[in-house]
Amino acid sequence: MLDAITGYLNSGTTPGEYGSIFWATIYILVITIGISLAVIAMNWLERKILAHMQIRLGPMRVGPHGLLQPFADALKLLIKEDIIPEEADKLVFWSAPVVVTMTAFTTFLVVPFGRTHAVTDMNIGVLFMLGISSLGVLGIIMAGWSSNSHYPLMGSLRSSAQMVSYEIAMGLAIVSAVLMTSLQTGTGTLSMIGIVEAQNAQQTWFIFKFFPLGFIAFGVFAIAMVAETNRAPFDLPEAESELVAGFHTEYSGFRWSLFFLAEYAAMLAVSSIAVTLWLGGWMRPFPNFLSGPAWETAFSFIPALALFVLAGMCLLGTVRMPKIPQMRVQTVGLGIFGTLLGLVGLVLLVPAVRERVQDIFWFVTKVAFFMYLYIWYRGTFPRYRFDQLMKVGWKVLLPIGLAVLIATAMVGLYPELAAAVVGVVQ
Amino acid sequence: MTPVATTFFFYFLAFMAIVSAIAVITRRNPVHAALSLIVTLLSLAGFYLMLYAPFVAAVQIVLYAGGIVVLFLFVIMLINLEQNIREYQFNKQWIVGTLAAMALGGLLLFVFRQGRDAFPPVFYQGFRTLEGYNTQQIGIALYGQYMFPFEIASLLLLVAIVGAVVMAKKRI
Repeated sequence: MLDAITGYLNSGTTPGEYGSIFWATIYILVITIGISLAVIAMNWLERKILAHMQIRLGPMRVGPHGLLQPFADALKLLIKEDIIPEEADKLVFWSAPVVVTMTAFTTFLVVPFGRTHAVTDMNIGVLFMLGISSLGVLGIIMAGWSSNSHYPLMGSLRSSAQMVSYEIAMGLAIVSAVLMTSLQTGTGTLSMIGIVEAQNAQQTWFIFKFFPLGFIAFGVFAIAMVAETNRAPFDLPEAESELVAGFHTEYSGFRWSLFFLAEYAAMLAVSSIAVTLWLGGWMRPFPNFLSGPAWETAFSFIPALALFVLAGMCLLGTVRMPKIPQMRVQTVGLGIFGTLLGLVGLVLLVPAVRERVQDIFWFVTKVAFFMYLYIWYRGTFPRYRFDQLMKVGWKVLLPIGLAVLIATAMVGLYPELAAAVVGVVQ
Repeated sequence: MTPVATTFFFYFLAFMAIVSAIAVITRRNPVHAALSLIVTLLSLAGFYLMLYAPFVAAVQIVLYAGGIVVLFLFVIMLINLEQNIREYQFNKQWIVGTLAAMALGGLLLFVFRQGRDAFPPVFYQGFRTLEGYNTQQIGIALYGQYMFPFEIASLLLLVAIVGAVVMAKKRI
Protein backbone atom coordinates (compact mmCIF):
# COMPACT_ATOMS: atom_id res chain seq x y z
CA MET A 1 0.00 0.00 0.00
CA LEU A 2 2.68 2.44 1.11
CA ASP A 3 4.87 1.32 -1.78
CA ALA A 4 2.04 2.00 -4.22
CA ILE A 5 1.60 5.52 -2.84
CA THR A 6 5.28 6.44 -2.84
CA GLY A 7 5.70 4.70 -6.18
CA TYR A 8 3.17 7.01 -7.73
CA LEU A 9 4.42 10.12 -5.91
CA ASN A 10 7.96 9.49 -7.14
CA SER A 11 6.91 8.71 -10.71
CA GLY A 12 6.56 12.39 -11.60
CA THR A 13 3.55 11.88 -13.86
CA THR A 14 -0.11 12.77 -13.86
CA PRO A 15 -2.61 10.03 -12.94
CA GLY A 16 -3.66 9.91 -16.60
CA GLU A 17 -0.14 9.09 -17.77
CA TYR A 18 0.40 6.73 -14.85
CA GLY A 19 -2.80 4.93 -15.79
CA SER A 20 -4.16 4.81 -12.27
CA ILE A 21 -7.91 5.23 -11.84
CA PHE A 22 -7.47 5.34 -8.05
CA TRP A 23 -5.17 8.37 -8.17
CA ALA A 24 -7.33 10.03 -10.81
CA THR A 25 -10.33 9.71 -8.47
CA ILE A 26 -8.36 11.21 -5.60
CA TYR A 27 -7.19 14.11 -7.77
CA ILE A 28 -10.75 14.74 -8.99
CA LEU A 29 -12.06 14.75 -5.41
CA VAL A 30 -9.32 17.09 -4.22
CA ILE A 31 -9.83 19.45 -7.15
CA THR A 32 -13.62 19.48 -6.71
CA ILE A 33 -13.33 20.26 -3.01
CA GLY A 34 -10.60 22.82 -3.70
CA ILE A 35 -12.70 24.60 -6.33
CA SER A 36 -15.72 24.66 -4.03
CA LEU A 37 -13.61 26.13 -1.23
CA ALA A 38 -12.16 28.66 -3.66
CA VAL A 39 -15.69 29.67 -4.67
CA ILE A 40 -16.61 30.15 -1.02
CA ALA A 41 -13.49 32.24 -0.49
CA MET A 42 -14.23 34.23 -3.65
CA ASN A 43 -17.73 34.95 -2.43
CA TRP A 44 -16.37 36.46 0.76
CA LEU A 45 -13.50 38.26 -0.96
CA GLU A 46 -15.73 39.74 -3.63
CA ARG A 47 -18.14 41.22 -1.14
CA LYS A 48 -15.33 42.45 1.07
CA ILE A 49 -13.21 43.95 -1.72
CA LEU A 50 -16.18 45.55 -3.47
CA ALA A 51 -17.25 47.01 -0.15
CA HIS A 52 -13.80 48.47 0.49
CA MET A 53 -13.68 49.87 -3.04
CA GLN A 54 -16.96 51.65 -2.32
CA ILE A 55 -15.80 52.72 1.16
CA ARG A 56 -18.13 50.37 3.00
CA LEU A 57 -17.36 47.68 5.52
CA GLY A 58 -19.04 44.75 3.83
CA PRO A 59 -20.12 41.70 5.84
CA MET A 60 -18.97 42.16 9.45
CA ARG A 61 -21.49 40.32 11.61
CA VAL A 62 -21.14 36.58 10.96
CA GLY A 63 -17.75 35.63 12.31
CA PRO A 64 -14.73 37.93 12.54
CA HIS A 65 -14.81 40.37 9.62
CA GLY A 66 -17.68 38.34 8.16
CA LEU A 67 -15.44 35.31 7.55
CA LEU A 68 -18.29 32.87 8.14
CA GLN A 69 -20.75 34.80 5.96
CA PRO A 70 -20.42 32.50 2.90
CA PHE A 71 -21.13 29.46 5.09
CA ALA A 72 -24.18 31.17 6.52
CA ASP A 73 -25.32 32.01 3.00
CA ALA A 74 -24.78 28.45 1.83
CA LEU A 75 -26.80 27.13 4.77
CA LYS A 76 -29.56 29.62 4.05
CA LEU A 77 -29.67 28.57 0.39
CA LEU A 78 -29.76 24.87 1.27
CA ILE A 79 -32.75 25.17 3.60
CA LYS A 80 -34.69 27.57 1.40
CA GLU A 81 -37.86 26.37 -0.30
CA ASP A 82 -37.16 24.97 -3.75
CA ILE A 83 -39.67 26.63 -6.06
CA ILE A 84 -40.37 25.28 -9.54
CA PRO A 85 -42.78 27.46 -11.54
CA GLU A 86 -46.08 25.78 -12.38
CA GLU A 87 -45.76 26.39 -16.13
CA ALA A 88 -42.06 25.53 -16.32
CA ASP A 89 -40.73 22.69 -18.42
CA LYS A 90 -39.88 20.50 -15.42
CA LEU A 91 -37.22 18.21 -16.88
CA VAL A 92 -35.27 20.97 -18.61
CA PHE A 93 -35.69 23.28 -15.63
CA TRP A 94 -34.34 20.58 -13.37
CA SER A 95 -31.37 19.65 -15.54
CA ALA A 96 -30.19 23.16 -16.47
CA PRO A 97 -28.26 23.88 -13.22
CA VAL A 98 -26.77 20.38 -13.36
CA VAL A 99 -25.51 20.96 -16.90
CA VAL A 100 -24.01 24.33 -15.98
CA THR A 101 -22.26 22.97 -12.89
CA MET A 102 -20.99 19.83 -14.59
CA THR A 103 -19.51 21.69 -17.55
CA ALA A 104 -17.85 24.22 -15.26
CA PHE A 105 -16.23 21.50 -13.16
CA THR A 106 -15.34 19.13 -16.00
CA THR A 107 -12.96 21.68 -17.51
CA PHE A 108 -10.67 21.26 -14.50
CA LEU A 109 -9.78 17.74 -15.70
CA VAL A 110 -7.00 19.16 -17.86
CA VAL A 111 -5.96 22.21 -15.83
CA PRO A 112 -2.30 21.70 -14.89
CA PHE A 113 -1.78 22.95 -11.35
CA GLY A 114 1.73 21.57 -11.65
CA ARG A 115 3.74 19.18 -13.77
CA THR A 116 2.22 16.26 -11.91
CA HIS A 117 -0.84 18.04 -10.54
CA ALA A 118 -3.37 17.57 -13.31
CA VAL A 119 -5.90 14.77 -13.53
CA THR A 120 -4.74 13.98 -17.03
CA ASP A 121 -2.92 15.57 -19.91
CA MET A 122 -4.83 15.45 -23.16
CA ASN A 123 -3.40 15.98 -26.58
CA ILE A 124 -6.33 18.34 -27.17
CA GLY A 125 -6.25 20.06 -23.75
CA VAL A 126 -7.06 23.64 -24.75
CA LEU A 127 -9.69 22.57 -27.27
CA PHE A 128 -11.26 20.35 -24.63
CA MET A 129 -11.52 23.26 -22.22
CA LEU A 130 -12.98 25.53 -24.91
CA GLY A 131 -15.46 22.88 -25.98
CA ILE A 132 -16.67 21.99 -22.53
CA SER A 133 -16.99 25.62 -21.48
CA SER A 134 -18.92 26.35 -24.68
CA LEU A 135 -21.37 23.68 -23.53
CA GLY A 136 -22.01 25.82 -20.47
CA VAL A 137 -24.04 28.23 -22.57
CA LEU A 138 -26.47 25.37 -23.20
CA GLY A 139 -27.29 25.21 -19.52
CA ILE A 140 -27.98 28.93 -19.51
CA ILE A 141 -30.25 28.64 -22.55
CA MET A 142 -32.05 25.68 -21.00
CA ALA A 143 -32.56 27.61 -17.76
CA GLY A 144 -33.86 30.68 -19.54
CA TRP A 145 -36.19 28.86 -21.86
CA SER A 146 -37.61 26.33 -19.40
CA SER A 147 -38.50 29.01 -16.84
CA ASN A 148 -41.28 30.06 -19.22
CA SER A 149 -41.01 33.68 -18.24
CA HIS A 150 -39.95 36.82 -20.04
CA TYR A 151 -36.90 38.02 -18.12
CA PRO A 152 -35.11 34.65 -18.11
CA LEU A 153 -35.79 34.22 -21.82
CA MET A 154 -34.35 37.65 -22.60
CA GLY A 155 -31.38 36.91 -20.38
CA SER A 156 -30.59 33.62 -22.03
CA LEU A 157 -31.01 35.08 -25.52
CA ARG A 158 -28.50 37.77 -24.65
CA SER A 159 -26.22 35.25 -23.06
CA SER A 160 -26.15 32.90 -26.03
CA ALA A 161 -25.53 35.74 -28.49
CA GLN A 162 -22.77 37.11 -26.30
CA MET A 163 -21.02 33.83 -25.64
CA VAL A 164 -21.16 32.68 -29.25
CA SER A 165 -19.64 35.95 -30.48
CA TYR A 166 -16.90 36.21 -27.88
CA GLU A 167 -15.90 32.57 -28.29
CA ILE A 168 -14.51 33.48 -31.73
CA ALA A 169 -12.21 36.23 -30.47
CA MET A 170 -11.19 33.94 -27.62
CA GLY A 171 -10.39 31.12 -30.01
CA LEU A 172 -8.27 33.36 -32.24
CA ALA A 173 -6.26 34.59 -29.25
CA ILE A 174 -5.72 30.99 -28.13
CA VAL A 175 -4.59 29.93 -31.61
CA SER A 176 -1.94 32.63 -31.67
CA ALA A 177 -0.60 31.33 -28.35
CA VAL A 178 -0.68 27.76 -29.69
CA LEU A 179 1.28 28.95 -32.74
CA MET A 180 4.01 30.15 -30.42
CA THR A 181 4.44 26.65 -29.00
CA SER A 182 5.47 25.39 -32.42
CA LEU A 183 8.52 27.63 -32.70
CA GLN A 184 11.06 25.25 -31.16
CA THR A 185 9.90 21.84 -32.24
CA GLY A 186 8.21 22.46 -35.58
CA THR A 187 4.85 21.11 -34.45
CA GLY A 188 2.89 22.91 -31.80
CA THR A 189 0.79 21.35 -29.11
CA LEU A 190 -2.66 21.87 -27.64
CA SER A 191 -1.86 19.99 -24.45
CA MET A 192 -1.94 22.26 -21.40
CA ILE A 193 1.19 20.72 -19.91
CA GLY A 194 2.90 20.87 -23.30
CA ILE A 195 2.15 24.59 -23.60
CA VAL A 196 3.72 25.37 -20.23
CA GLU A 197 6.73 23.22 -21.08
CA ALA A 198 7.09 25.07 -24.39
CA GLN A 199 7.22 28.35 -22.45
CA ASN A 200 9.85 26.79 -20.21
CA ALA A 201 11.86 25.65 -23.23
CA GLN A 202 11.63 29.07 -24.91
CA GLN A 203 12.65 30.80 -21.67
CA THR A 204 9.78 33.27 -21.74
CA TRP A 205 6.13 33.59 -20.87
CA PHE A 206 4.08 33.86 -24.03
CA ILE A 207 2.71 37.22 -22.88
CA PHE A 208 6.22 38.66 -23.49
CA LYS A 209 6.87 36.66 -26.65
CA PHE A 210 7.19 38.79 -29.82
CA PHE A 211 6.34 41.86 -27.78
CA PRO A 212 3.71 43.30 -28.20
CA LEU A 213 2.02 40.45 -30.12
CA GLY A 214 1.74 38.08 -27.18
CA PHE A 215 0.53 40.89 -25.00
CA ILE A 216 -2.21 41.90 -27.46
CA ALA A 217 -3.40 38.31 -27.84
CA PHE A 218 -3.47 38.06 -24.07
CA GLY A 219 -5.46 41.29 -23.88
CA VAL A 220 -8.02 40.01 -26.39
CA PHE A 221 -8.38 36.84 -24.36
CA ALA A 222 -8.60 38.73 -21.08
CA ILE A 223 -11.50 40.82 -22.40
CA ALA A 224 -13.24 37.91 -24.10
CA MET A 225 -13.04 35.75 -21.00
CA VAL A 226 -14.92 38.32 -18.93
CA ALA A 227 -17.69 38.32 -21.54
CA GLU A 228 -17.58 34.53 -21.72
CA THR A 229 -18.26 34.18 -18.01
CA ASN A 230 -21.04 36.81 -18.02
CA ARG A 231 -19.29 39.04 -15.52
CA ALA A 232 -19.32 42.81 -15.13
CA PRO A 233 -18.95 44.91 -17.28
CA PHE A 234 -20.41 42.33 -19.69
CA ASP A 235 -23.02 40.93 -17.30
CA LEU A 236 -25.94 41.73 -19.56
CA PRO A 237 -27.55 38.27 -19.23
CA GLU A 238 -28.19 39.05 -15.57
CA ALA A 239 -28.36 42.84 -15.66
CA GLU A 240 -30.42 43.37 -12.53
CA SER A 241 -31.60 46.85 -13.47
CA GLU A 242 -33.16 45.51 -16.69
CA LEU A 243 -33.82 41.80 -16.28
CA VAL A 244 -34.22 41.23 -12.50
CA ALA A 245 -31.65 38.42 -12.42
CA GLY A 246 -31.55 37.29 -16.03
CA PHE A 247 -31.63 33.61 -16.82
CA HIS A 248 -31.85 32.45 -13.21
CA THR A 249 -34.71 34.72 -12.12
CA GLU A 250 -37.03 31.78 -11.45
CA TYR A 251 -34.47 29.70 -9.60
CA SER A 252 -34.27 29.62 -5.85
CA GLY A 253 -32.47 27.83 -3.08
CA PHE A 254 -30.11 25.03 -3.94
CA ARG A 255 -30.61 25.23 -7.71
CA TRP A 256 -29.71 28.90 -7.68
CA SER A 257 -26.61 28.17 -5.63
CA LEU A 258 -25.55 25.67 -8.31
CA PHE A 259 -25.64 28.51 -10.85
CA PHE A 260 -23.58 30.62 -8.49
CA LEU A 261 -21.07 27.82 -8.01
CA ALA A 262 -20.85 27.26 -11.76
CA GLU A 263 -20.31 30.94 -12.51
CA TYR A 264 -17.34 31.17 -10.18
CA ALA A 265 -15.96 27.79 -11.25
CA ALA A 266 -16.13 28.96 -14.88
CA MET A 267 -14.28 32.15 -13.91
CA LEU A 268 -11.57 30.04 -12.31
CA ALA A 269 -11.45 27.80 -15.39
CA VAL A 270 -10.97 30.58 -17.94
CA SER A 271 -8.44 32.27 -15.65
CA SER A 272 -6.50 29.01 -15.57
CA ILE A 273 -6.52 28.91 -19.38
CA ALA A 274 -5.10 32.43 -19.44
CA VAL A 275 -2.47 31.58 -16.84
CA THR A 276 -1.47 28.39 -18.65
CA LEU A 277 -1.27 29.95 -22.09
CA TRP A 278 0.34 33.29 -21.35
CA LEU A 279 1.60 33.48 -17.79
CA GLY A 280 3.74 30.39 -17.63
CA GLY A 281 1.32 28.12 -15.78
CA TRP A 282 2.89 26.60 -12.70
CA MET A 283 6.37 28.03 -13.28
CA ARG A 284 7.78 30.28 -10.59
CA PRO A 285 8.97 33.77 -11.57
CA PHE A 286 12.35 33.92 -13.33
CA PRO A 287 13.26 30.23 -13.48
CA ASN A 288 15.90 31.17 -16.08
CA PHE A 289 17.71 34.14 -14.47
CA LEU A 290 17.43 33.08 -10.85
CA SER A 291 18.23 29.41 -11.36
CA GLY A 292 20.39 27.14 -9.25
CA PRO A 293 19.81 25.20 -6.04
CA ALA A 294 20.07 28.26 -3.77
CA TRP A 295 17.31 30.13 -5.60
CA GLU A 296 15.25 26.92 -5.79
CA THR A 297 15.35 26.60 -2.03
CA ALA A 298 14.68 30.29 -1.52
CA PHE A 299 11.62 30.24 -3.78
CA SER A 300 10.29 27.04 -2.21
CA PHE A 301 9.91 28.90 1.10
CA ILE A 302 7.59 31.50 -0.40
CA PRO A 303 4.30 29.51 -0.06
CA ALA A 304 4.93 29.02 3.65
CA LEU A 305 5.96 32.67 4.03
CA ALA A 306 2.78 33.85 2.29
CA LEU A 307 0.68 31.84 4.74
CA PHE A 308 2.71 33.18 7.65
CA VAL A 309 2.01 36.73 6.49
CA LEU A 310 -1.70 35.96 6.30
CA ALA A 311 -1.58 34.37 9.74
CA GLY A 312 0.28 37.40 11.07
CA MET A 313 -2.38 39.73 9.67
CA CYS A 314 -5.11 37.66 11.32
CA LEU A 315 -3.31 37.69 14.67
CA LEU A 316 -2.73 41.44 14.36
CA GLY A 317 -6.46 41.78 13.78
CA THR A 318 -7.07 39.70 16.89
CA VAL A 319 -4.95 42.05 18.96
CA ARG A 320 -6.66 45.11 17.51
CA MET A 321 -10.20 43.81 18.13
CA PRO A 322 -12.20 46.04 20.50
CA LYS A 323 -11.91 44.69 24.04
CA ILE A 324 -15.63 44.43 24.76
CA PRO A 325 -17.56 41.31 25.82
CA GLN A 326 -19.72 41.35 22.66
CA MET A 327 -16.65 40.89 20.46
CA ARG A 328 -15.05 38.14 22.55
CA VAL A 329 -16.27 35.23 20.39
CA GLN A 330 -15.16 36.99 17.24
CA THR A 331 -11.73 37.72 18.70
CA VAL A 332 -11.22 34.10 19.68
CA GLY A 333 -12.47 32.96 16.27
CA LEU A 334 -10.05 35.21 14.41
CA GLY A 335 -7.23 34.01 16.65
CA ILE A 336 -8.07 30.39 15.87
CA PHE A 337 -8.27 31.14 12.13
CA GLY A 338 -4.87 32.86 12.21
CA THR A 339 -3.36 29.97 14.14
CA LEU A 340 -4.77 27.49 11.60
CA LEU A 341 -3.24 29.46 8.72
CA GLY A 342 0.07 29.48 10.59
CA LEU A 343 -0.11 25.71 11.15
CA VAL A 344 -0.76 25.14 7.43
CA GLY A 345 2.27 27.35 6.76
CA LEU A 346 4.32 25.17 9.13
CA VAL A 347 3.24 22.03 7.23
CA LEU A 348 4.38 23.70 4.02
CA LEU A 349 7.88 24.03 5.51
CA VAL A 350 8.37 20.23 5.52
CA PRO A 351 10.82 19.57 2.64
CA ALA A 352 8.77 16.81 0.95
CA VAL A 353 5.61 18.94 0.98
CA ARG A 354 7.55 22.08 0.04
CA GLU A 355 8.90 20.50 -3.13
CA ARG A 356 5.50 19.26 -4.28
CA VAL A 357 3.37 22.23 -3.34
CA GLN A 358 5.24 25.16 -4.79
CA ASP A 359 4.05 24.73 -8.38
CA ILE A 360 0.44 24.63 -7.12
CA PHE A 361 1.16 27.78 -5.13
CA TRP A 362 2.43 29.72 -8.13
CA PHE A 363 -0.46 28.58 -10.30
CA VAL A 364 -3.03 29.50 -7.68
CA THR A 365 -1.37 32.86 -7.08
CA LYS A 366 -1.59 33.74 -10.77
CA VAL A 367 -5.22 32.61 -10.94
CA ALA A 368 -5.95 34.63 -7.79
CA PHE A 369 -4.60 37.72 -9.55
CA PHE A 370 -7.18 37.20 -12.30
CA MET A 371 -9.95 36.71 -9.77
CA TYR A 372 -8.96 40.00 -8.18
CA LEU A 373 -9.12 41.59 -11.63
CA TYR A 374 -12.66 40.28 -12.03
CA ILE A 375 -13.71 41.97 -8.79
CA TRP A 376 -11.82 45.11 -9.74
CA TYR A 377 -13.64 45.29 -13.10
CA ARG A 378 -16.94 44.90 -11.34
CA GLY A 379 -16.10 47.74 -8.98
CA THR A 380 -14.80 50.00 -11.74
CA PHE A 381 -16.57 49.68 -15.08
CA PRO A 382 -20.20 50.53 -15.81
CA ARG A 383 -22.18 47.92 -17.71
CA TYR A 384 -22.02 47.97 -21.49
CA ARG A 385 -25.11 48.42 -23.62
CA PHE A 386 -25.92 45.38 -25.72
CA ASP A 387 -25.07 46.97 -29.07
CA GLN A 388 -21.80 48.23 -27.62
CA LEU A 389 -21.05 44.73 -26.44
CA MET A 390 -21.63 43.28 -29.90
CA LYS A 391 -19.58 46.07 -31.44
CA VAL A 392 -16.64 45.36 -29.15
CA GLY A 393 -16.84 41.65 -29.88
CA TRP A 394 -17.20 41.72 -33.65
CA LYS A 395 -15.63 44.99 -34.74
CA VAL A 396 -12.78 45.35 -32.29
CA LEU A 397 -11.72 42.05 -30.75
CA LEU A 398 -12.25 39.85 -33.81
CA PRO A 399 -10.15 41.96 -36.25
CA ILE A 400 -7.45 42.48 -33.65
CA GLY A 401 -7.39 38.75 -32.93
CA LEU A 402 -7.09 37.94 -36.64
CA ALA A 403 -4.35 40.52 -37.16
CA VAL A 404 -2.39 39.24 -34.17
CA LEU A 405 -2.74 35.68 -35.42
CA ILE A 406 -1.38 36.56 -38.87
CA ALA A 407 1.36 38.74 -37.41
CA THR A 408 2.41 35.99 -35.00
CA ALA A 409 2.62 33.50 -37.84
CA MET A 410 4.69 35.93 -39.93
CA VAL A 411 7.09 36.82 -37.13
CA GLY A 412 7.43 33.16 -36.20
CA LEU A 413 8.29 32.22 -39.76
CA TYR A 414 10.48 35.28 -40.27
CA PRO A 415 13.64 33.42 -41.40
CA GLU A 416 11.73 31.34 -43.96
CA LEU A 417 9.76 34.36 -45.15
CA ALA A 418 12.91 36.47 -45.53
CA ALA A 419 14.64 33.67 -47.44
CA ALA A 420 11.63 33.35 -49.76
CA VAL A 421 11.54 37.09 -50.41
CA VAL A 422 15.27 37.14 -51.11
CA GLY A 423 14.83 34.18 -53.46
CA VAL A 424 12.05 35.95 -55.38
CA VAL A 425 14.07 39.14 -55.67
CA GLN A 426 17.09 37.28 -57.00
CA MET B 1 -1.90 -0.45 -19.99
CA THR B 2 -5.34 -1.79 -20.83
CA PRO B 3 -7.46 0.18 -23.28
CA VAL B 4 -9.87 2.53 -21.57
CA ALA B 5 -12.40 2.27 -24.38
CA THR B 6 -14.12 -0.95 -23.51
CA THR B 7 -17.02 -2.67 -25.18
CA PHE B 8 -19.27 -1.39 -22.42
CA PHE B 9 -18.56 2.19 -23.44
CA PHE B 10 -19.31 1.40 -27.06
CA TYR B 11 -22.72 -0.05 -26.27
CA PHE B 12 -23.46 2.71 -23.77
CA LEU B 13 -22.63 5.44 -26.28
CA ALA B 14 -24.49 3.63 -29.05
CA PHE B 15 -27.56 3.31 -26.84
CA MET B 16 -27.40 7.02 -25.94
CA ALA B 17 -26.91 8.04 -29.55
CA ILE B 18 -29.81 5.95 -30.88
CA VAL B 19 -32.27 6.83 -28.12
CA SER B 20 -31.55 10.54 -28.38
CA ALA B 21 -31.60 10.43 -32.19
CA ILE B 22 -35.06 8.86 -32.04
CA ALA B 23 -36.08 11.55 -29.56
CA VAL B 24 -34.90 14.23 -32.02
CA ILE B 25 -37.50 13.18 -34.58
CA THR B 26 -40.31 12.16 -32.25
CA ARG B 27 -40.41 15.12 -29.86
CA ARG B 28 -43.07 17.64 -30.86
CA ASN B 29 -41.36 20.39 -28.92
CA PRO B 30 -38.45 21.70 -31.04
CA VAL B 31 -36.40 22.70 -27.99
CA HIS B 32 -36.53 19.14 -26.66
CA ALA B 33 -35.57 17.90 -30.12
CA ALA B 34 -32.57 20.24 -30.24
CA LEU B 35 -31.47 19.20 -26.76
CA SER B 36 -31.69 15.53 -27.77
CA LEU B 37 -29.63 16.38 -30.83
CA ILE B 38 -26.92 17.65 -28.50
CA VAL B 39 -26.90 14.33 -26.64
CA THR B 40 -26.54 12.54 -29.99
CA LEU B 41 -23.65 14.77 -31.01
CA LEU B 42 -21.92 14.28 -27.66
CA SER B 43 -22.24 10.49 -27.97
CA LEU B 44 -20.71 10.74 -31.45
CA ALA B 45 -17.85 12.74 -29.92
CA GLY B 46 -17.41 9.82 -27.51
CA PHE B 47 -17.17 7.47 -30.50
CA TYR B 48 -14.45 9.61 -32.05
CA LEU B 49 -12.55 9.43 -28.78
CA MET B 50 -12.88 5.63 -28.84
CA LEU B 51 -11.43 5.66 -32.35
CA TYR B 52 -8.41 7.57 -31.01
CA ALA B 53 -9.31 10.71 -32.90
CA PRO B 54 -9.40 13.26 -30.05
CA PHE B 55 -9.16 16.27 -32.34
CA VAL B 56 -12.28 15.32 -34.27
CA ALA B 57 -14.07 14.70 -30.97
CA ALA B 58 -13.10 18.13 -29.66
CA VAL B 59 -14.12 19.83 -32.89
CA GLN B 60 -17.42 17.97 -32.77
CA ILE B 61 -18.07 19.37 -29.29
CA VAL B 62 -16.85 22.91 -30.01
CA LEU B 63 -18.55 23.35 -33.38
CA TYR B 64 -21.67 21.21 -33.31
CA ALA B 65 -22.71 20.90 -29.70
CA GLY B 66 -21.34 24.26 -28.58
CA GLY B 67 -21.88 26.35 -31.67
CA ILE B 68 -24.40 25.17 -34.21
CA VAL B 69 -27.01 23.69 -31.88
CA VAL B 70 -26.77 26.80 -29.71
CA LEU B 71 -27.69 28.81 -32.80
CA PHE B 72 -30.55 26.36 -33.47
CA LEU B 73 -31.83 26.92 -29.97
CA PHE B 74 -31.37 30.66 -30.37
CA VAL B 75 -33.68 30.64 -33.38
CA ILE B 76 -36.16 28.15 -31.92
CA MET B 77 -36.62 30.27 -28.81
CA LEU B 78 -37.78 33.17 -30.97
CA ILE B 79 -40.57 31.10 -32.54
CA ASN B 80 -43.98 30.95 -30.95
CA LEU B 81 -43.80 27.41 -29.69
CA GLU B 82 -47.30 26.83 -28.29
CA GLN B 83 -48.86 27.42 -31.68
CA ASN B 84 -46.43 25.10 -33.42
CA ILE B 85 -47.08 22.24 -31.03
CA ARG B 86 -50.87 22.50 -31.36
CA GLU B 87 -50.85 22.74 -35.12
CA TYR B 88 -52.01 19.69 -37.05
CA GLN B 89 -49.27 18.35 -39.28
CA PHE B 90 -50.95 18.00 -42.67
CA ASN B 91 -48.10 17.00 -44.96
CA LYS B 92 -47.80 13.23 -44.61
CA GLN B 93 -44.20 12.53 -45.47
CA TRP B 94 -43.64 9.38 -43.49
CA ILE B 95 -43.77 7.10 -46.54
CA VAL B 96 -41.09 9.03 -48.36
CA GLY B 97 -39.14 9.33 -45.10
CA THR B 98 -39.24 5.59 -44.45
CA LEU B 99 -38.15 4.85 -48.02
CA ALA B 100 -35.25 7.31 -47.78
CA ALA B 101 -34.16 5.91 -44.42
CA MET B 102 -34.30 2.34 -45.72
CA ALA B 103 -32.32 3.30 -48.82
CA LEU B 104 -29.66 4.95 -46.69
CA GLY B 105 -29.56 1.98 -44.33
CA GLY B 106 -29.20 -0.37 -47.30
CA LEU B 107 -26.39 1.70 -48.71
CA LEU B 108 -24.54 1.67 -45.38
CA LEU B 109 -24.97 -2.10 -45.05
CA PHE B 110 -23.71 -2.57 -48.62
CA VAL B 111 -20.65 -0.41 -47.98
CA PHE B 112 -19.94 -2.25 -44.77
CA ARG B 113 -20.22 -5.67 -46.46
CA GLN B 114 -18.06 -4.64 -49.43
CA GLY B 115 -15.41 -2.83 -47.44
CA ARG B 116 -15.29 -5.06 -44.37
CA ASP B 117 -11.66 -5.96 -45.03
CA ALA B 118 -10.70 -2.31 -44.73
CA PHE B 119 -11.69 -2.35 -41.05
CA PRO B 120 -8.95 -3.87 -38.89
CA PRO B 121 -10.27 -6.69 -36.70
CA VAL B 122 -8.56 -5.45 -33.53
CA PHE B 123 -8.78 -1.72 -33.29
CA TYR B 124 -6.96 -0.22 -30.40
CA GLN B 125 -3.59 -1.94 -30.59
CA GLY B 126 -1.76 -0.12 -33.35
CA PHE B 127 -3.70 3.10 -33.21
CA ARG B 128 -2.84 4.00 -29.69
CA THR B 129 0.53 5.46 -30.58
CA LEU B 130 -1.08 7.67 -33.18
CA GLU B 131 -3.36 9.31 -30.63
CA GLY B 132 -0.61 11.52 -29.25
CA TYR B 133 0.03 13.12 -32.63
CA ASN B 134 -3.53 13.13 -33.94
CA THR B 135 -3.92 16.93 -33.96
CA GLN B 136 -0.49 17.55 -35.43
CA GLN B 137 -1.09 15.02 -38.19
CA ILE B 138 -4.43 16.56 -39.11
CA GLY B 139 -2.76 19.98 -39.25
CA ILE B 140 0.08 18.74 -41.43
CA ALA B 141 -2.32 16.93 -43.76
CA LEU B 142 -4.68 19.91 -44.07
CA TYR B 143 -1.99 22.47 -44.77
CA GLY B 144 0.26 20.15 -46.75
CA GLN B 145 -1.32 17.49 -48.90
CA TYR B 146 -4.85 18.89 -48.90
CA MET B 147 -3.98 22.57 -49.01
CA PHE B 148 -5.98 23.28 -52.16
CA PRO B 149 -9.27 21.56 -51.18
CA PHE B 150 -8.97 23.18 -47.76
CA GLU B 151 -8.67 26.65 -49.26
CA ILE B 152 -11.59 25.93 -51.63
CA ALA B 153 -13.72 24.93 -48.65
CA SER B 154 -12.81 28.11 -46.79
CA LEU B 155 -13.63 30.15 -49.88
CA LEU B 156 -17.03 28.48 -49.96
CA LEU B 157 -17.57 29.47 -46.34
CA LEU B 158 -16.55 33.04 -47.13
CA VAL B 159 -19.10 33.14 -49.95
CA ALA B 160 -21.73 31.85 -47.53
CA ILE B 161 -20.87 34.57 -45.00
CA VAL B 162 -21.01 37.32 -47.63
CA GLY B 163 -24.29 35.92 -48.92
CA ALA B 164 -25.80 35.91 -45.44
CA VAL B 165 -24.74 39.53 -44.89
CA VAL B 166 -26.16 40.59 -48.26
CA MET B 167 -29.48 38.87 -47.54
CA ALA B 168 -29.77 40.20 -43.99
CA LYS B 169 -28.79 43.81 -44.69
CA LYS B 170 -31.37 45.88 -46.54
CA ARG B 171 -28.92 48.62 -47.39
CA ILE B 172 -25.23 47.90 -47.73
